Amino acid sequence: MAALCESFTLCGLGPGGGLGLGGGLLALEPGPDPDHVLLTDRGRTATLFKVSDQKPLGCWSVKHGQVITCPVVCNFETHEYVAVHDDKVLRIWKNQDINLDKVFKATLSADVYRIHSLPNGGPVVLFKGGGVRTLDVLLEAPQQEIENVISDEVIKWSEAFMEGQQPVLIFATEKDGDVFVYVQKLKMNSLHRYKLEQQESSKPLSFMAYIKKQIITLLCLYSNDSVYKVLIPLQQNTEEEEQILPKSLLLNLSVSGSVLKGTSFVVLDKDHIAVLGTLAVSGEESKECLTIWNTKFQTLQTSKELPLGTSGQLWCYEEKFFFTHGKVLTVIMYKCETSSLAAAVGKLKDSQTPDVSSFVNWNTLEDEELAASLPSEQPVALKSESRMSLRSKKNTVAKVQPDTLSVGQLLLNLKNASTTVFEDELRQLMSKVQMPDLQATIGCVVTALINRCKTNPKYYPRNFLLQIVQTQDLSYSLCPDLMAVALEKKDVYLLQICLQRFPDIPEEITCACLKVFLSISEAYLQRIDVNLESVICYIDIELNNKEVKTEIVENGFNVELEQDIWDTKITKETHLTAGGEFCPVGPQKAALLNAILHSAYSETFLLPHLKNLPAQQAVLFLRYLYYLYVKCSEKINTALPGIRCPTISQIMDWMCLVLDAHFTVMVMLPEAKGLLSDLHKFVRAQVRFYSELNKIEGSLRELQRLNHQKDPQTYSIEVLELI
Amino acid sequence: MGEFEVHRVRFFGLVPAGVRCLACQPRGTRLALARTDGAVEVYSFAANYFQEKVIPGHDSRSVEALCWAAGDRLFGAGLNGEVTEYDLARLCAARSVDGCGGPIWSMAANSNGTQLAIGCEDGSVKLFQVVPGGIEFERNLDRRKGRILCLSWHPSDTHIAAGSIDILRVIDVSSGQTVQRIMVNYHVQKVKRECVVWSIAFLSSGTIVTSDSFGRVQFWDRERGTLVESHTVSTSAVLSLAVSEEEDSIIVGTSTGATYQFQLLPVKAGSLEKRWVRTKPFQYHTHDVRAVAHSSTALISGGLDAQLVIRPLMEKMQKKGYDAALRKFTFPHRRLVSCARKARLLLFQFSQHLELWRLGSTDETGKDGEVLPLCRMPEHLVQLKSKGPEHIYCSCVSPCGSWVAYSTASRFHLYRVQYEGNSVSIKKVPKMPKLLLPAYQLQFSSDSSSLFVASARGAVHVLQLLEPGGCKHQHTLRPPSGSPEAVYLLASSADGHWVAAVSGDWAIHIYNLKCFKHHCLVPTYSCAVTALAIHPVTNNLVIAYSDQQLFEFSIPEKQYTAWSRTVQSCGLHRVWLERDSPITHITFNPKNPSHILLHDIYMFCVLDKSLPLPDNSALLMNQGTLKQLPETARKRQLHAFKICKKFQPLLFADLLDENCLVMVERPIMDIKTQLPLPIQQKKFGT
Repeated sequence: MAALCESFTLCGLGPGGGLGLGGGLLALEPGPDPDHVLLTDRGRTATLFKVSDQKPLGCWSVKHGQVITCPVVCNFETHEYVAVHDDKVLRIWKNQDINLDKVFKATLSADVYRIHSLPNGGPVVLFKGGGVRTLDVLLEAPQQEIENVISDEVIKWSEAFMEGQQPVLIFATEKDGDVFVYVQKLKMNSLHRYKLEQQESSKPLSFMAYIKKQIITLLCLYSNDSVYKVLIPLQQNTEEEEQILPKSLLLNLSVSGSVLKGTSFVVLDKDHIAVLGTLAVSGEESKECLTIWNTKFQTLQTSKELPLGTSGQLWCYEEKFFFTHGKVLTVIMYKCETSSLAAAVGKLKDSQTPDVSSFVNWNTLEDEELAASLPSEQPVALKSESRMSLRSKKNTVAKVQPDTLSVGQLLLNLKNASTTVFEDELRQLMSKVQMPDLQATIGCVVTALINRCKTNPKYYPRNFLLQIVQTQDLSYSLCPDLMAVALEKKDVYLLQICLQRFPDIPEEITCACLKVFLSISEAYLQRIDVNLESVICYIDIELNNKEVKTEIVENGFNVELEQDIWDTKITKETHLTAGGEFCPVGPQKAALLNAILHSAYSETFLLPHLKNLPAQQAVLFLRYLYYLYVKCSEKINTALPGIRCPTISQIMDWMCLVLDAHFTVMVMLPEAKGLLSDLHKFVRAQVRFYSELNKIEGSLRELQRLNHQKDPQTYSIEVLELI
Repeated sequence: MGEFEVHRVRFFGLVPAGVRCLACQPRGTRLALARTDGAVEVYSFAANYFQEKVIPGHDSRSVEALCWAAGDRLFGAGLNGEVTEYDLARLCAARSVDGCGGPIWSMAANSNGTQLAIGCEDGSVKLFQVVPGGIEFERNLDRRKGRILCLSWHPSDTHIAAGSIDILRVIDVSSGQTVQRIMVNYHVQKVKRECVVWSIAFLSSGTIVTSDSFGRVQFWDRERGTLVESHTVSTSAVLSLAVSEEEDSIIVGTSTGATYQFQLLPVKAGSLEKRWVRTKPFQYHTHDVRAVAHSSTALISGGLDAQLVIRPLMEKMQKKGYDAALRKFTFPHRRLVSCARKARLLLFQFSQHLELWRLGSTDETGKDGEVLPLCRMPEHLVQLKSKGPEHIYCSCVSPCGSWVAYSTASRFHLYRVQYEGNSVSIKKVPKMPKLLLPAYQLQFSSDSSSLFVASARGAVHVLQLLEPGGCKHQHTLRPPSGSPEAVYLLASSADGHWVAAVSGDWAIHIYNLKCFKHHCLVPTYSCAVTALAIHPVTNNLVIAYSDQQLFEFSIPEKQYTAWSRTVQSCGLHRVWLERDSPITHITFNPKNPSHILLHDIYMFCVLDKSLPLPDNSALLMNQGTLKQLPETARKRQLHAFKICKKFQPLLFADLLDENCLVMVERPIMDIKTQLPLPIQQKKFGT
């Protein structure tokens, strides 16, 4: 749950309030150290505050007649302050400077829109014409020509990030009701222009953006009281023509009849945003409020009324909100915990966050975030409809990028492209795909990949395939050849994941997987990365290691003795296996087999394929099943510990199936004899045990009945016997 | 042994009053407790926490604070504005002095018990000098607005800390001036609610500990007036607080029924720097814990759910024993029920009224455990309301059922009850003889011809009952050497020869009723007597002590019986001795002279003297095992104690006739439903 804590006043904004000179606040930027903020007012002054002490540490003003036009920022690398007054005059000073007239000055050739200071990238200057320079570049030649990129559009908002080592600047412009988004990668000097999908009868009021895993997520607050989300892929190799950015509704700012007219907002973490605005309840006077919303559950988490009115601006640094409230700048701390169902019902274990980082760390956002924001598994019927709507949109919008038109077309085009280009394109395609089409598109992508694998036997994009299977909700029917190729390549890890994730694997493939798993040697498997979570809780890996160790030690002994030890060891081992103590297969193989046991099947279809299993493999499989069965029976609840463990009924069913399929072979095979008789003994013991339990059930029930005798009345006469 | 027809009675609607305050005698072994109805009780640590003294309540005498002063003098103060001294020998309020400051919310005695400070509604703190025979007003200390809810003296007696609403003050005792004023809410901005400082403690280091209605326990520096530590223990109020004498442990009680211990512990092992740490949470109560006390070995808490919980500190225990048991007292350690055996009536004593009930009957028989169908339902015959504000000290119904007597602090009433068919008529006996009141215990002789009244100074009055409805003072029996203490238990013999009386000094005097002479004194035993009775056939006096020992004393021979000596030499079973509630009633089976019937709150026991005593290796509660054994095998397993734990909590048990018992139970759940709802605590949700 998110919660607002107590508030305090940072400083007054009125004539007597220290910041003076009216006009309100232009902007608030982080200061050189944690807990410091830089305030720039709409006049001549910039002030540095230590927030927790509510104390101004420094204050700088420009001369009368000059106006600071761009918020003062701090260059985190040099601890200098950078400001622009009168649009063109750049000033740079340090903490100890007092008079701004005497500090470094540079007059630029174009008007500055804003300076963005990045924690380890230095300041980046955005000009009103859309040109972008880093401060270093600009200072080398202050009078250099600055290009005009955006002609007569007006910049409404801008933001800068570090992506890897390169600064990325994103800004939004507006012209005649159209909104354009520009993404500028400084190092590569690449500029992309996107057009934002139009929203009927409402316009964007405020933007926020964050970057995560090469994708910029842009959130826009629209005047229809909704927050929309736009995903912009950063991996754009080629200069393309203007693209339309589709947007999805993230949050509707209304709660039980009342609507929040937001004016500005900030993103707190992956599930929470804070919105400042007026809450209009029908029939009541509207009130200004600061609210925190959960986007995952679409709920209003907390709100605070601000009766004295605000300027509509909201900043957020280091878990604190800053906004003007009446004539003062107010600071409110907030707490924002990850929302989960457990937390909502109060079942969350009290886990104290170890240390609260001062900035929101977008890299901690979970992978599922992307997928979760998309509605999963749209009915197939919707797909065509959405495509139709896309086409109709195409008519209204002048230009539409060709690849949203038809994925198949694009894939066809790519058929002969080089491997890297091909993968790049597919990645891009997946990042900007329309939501209802997601499933189908991914199916197409995988099919394209697989087709390429088939034509080019050396090509096998294992990691890409793994990534797709792990992150997307695929099914077997969407990419029927995927598993076939994986089987061919003996990619057991991919097969394991497929078995765990696909709901509709045909029995033939399941059997083929089983065959491959049983045939692969343990030595090979040990080198392979397999998901072991289903076995680690019950298989004693240590035991296996110990065996390896003793073997190494025994190498020093003479042959005769070694032979002797070997013999005893083998007998011992087989004995223990019969007793069901040692797992007959290694943990990797066990994990793979568990995936098989977990998959869905129908007996009639499975049985004929199971018959194709070689006898030795069938015995091994049966031995493993027997081991699992004994393990299960050790516990009173007959369940194995761990995640994705086979249940006792799954084990029993498979045991029966294997016995059915290989009945004659089992009876004939000498090495199966011991196993079968052990199995028989164990099952017989179990049957006896349960029948005994059945017998005492009656008595137990009677005992229970005695315990639950009804409460005596307020008066009764009872018989008591004392002996 | 046999089957009994048990009348299982659950219609005694007793609701014990909540615990309002607690006071441990400094360096002493007694605990004083006041209930919300004004009753004051004294528990003796030495006598296994036996409730040795009870001063019944009074409607206009609420007790908000109790304290011990000048050694063993007990003072109480309450909302009637008076400071009352209790006479613990005569079990009544001795003297009252008006505090002249409106209702008194708090009172504290200084370290040597010579001065009392009271905190009043008008915001004043007044000092009283404790003098022999009472207290004298000394002077007023600095008065400020706001009621003084709690007070604490600094151990050096130089300063007093006083807690009020939103504020706490430190007052210099010699000058009477406020030297420090601390706003407890200063750092919490814009709090609308007021913060009540419910409890305060002044440590010798100069640290002041407060507990308040915001659920905080805070430690303040007296010199600087700064907050040193703050622990939020609860979302609701922390109502009470007590510090151990070594000042290394604190117990606090909250309005959710939870209690917490704080301990002063080194920050690191071996470090000199110490810090208060919340160590142990306990949830023994369901309602407000209004009072806590910290004895040298135990945490004691009392709640509005009427429970007194004594939780021993295991680290202070040398060995596992009687002291090491967690105990919960809900019911008084004395009888509130009397029974007319012949008439099959039960008399229930409430704080201000009596109820007379006739038991039902059945004409069927059955096997063990069966519930028999009733042919007559029990009947509520009479409700007798006591007029006036005083609560009832004691009551009794005669064995024939035609006399009912009760006493309050200043009045004694005797009623003649007549039954004609289905109607009951009740007539007050006029012209009662003047007696020294109050009466602490009443006992009718078995032939209902006389009434024994236990009185102060060890006296027992014998009243002769006259037909059709009169009474005459016959004699007053007094111990030959005199005694300052009141008699609190009586037992008379069936043949009318003897009466035994136990006074507050635990001396048992036996009087001969034929010549009204003192017969003998039972050898003194160093523990409180919890129950006694005279055997109808042998005239042996059976005595139960609070340390669970049992003695049998032959009255005619003036010595312990052979069986009693055997018991003492063999020792009682370990499990029997480890029981933590006292025997409250003893009775006999006239048809089976070797049987002694006794009970406490949790068990009913038939003690068969003819059987061997169990040794420690034997199972004491062996009834369940015996029932499963075949008849022949039982013989070897039999022992003297036949214990039945089926009826709980057992307030009273008596034998109606040879094989008919009455058991009066009061299920805790029935009491809980009578209490107001506790503070709602969320179990789920955020």
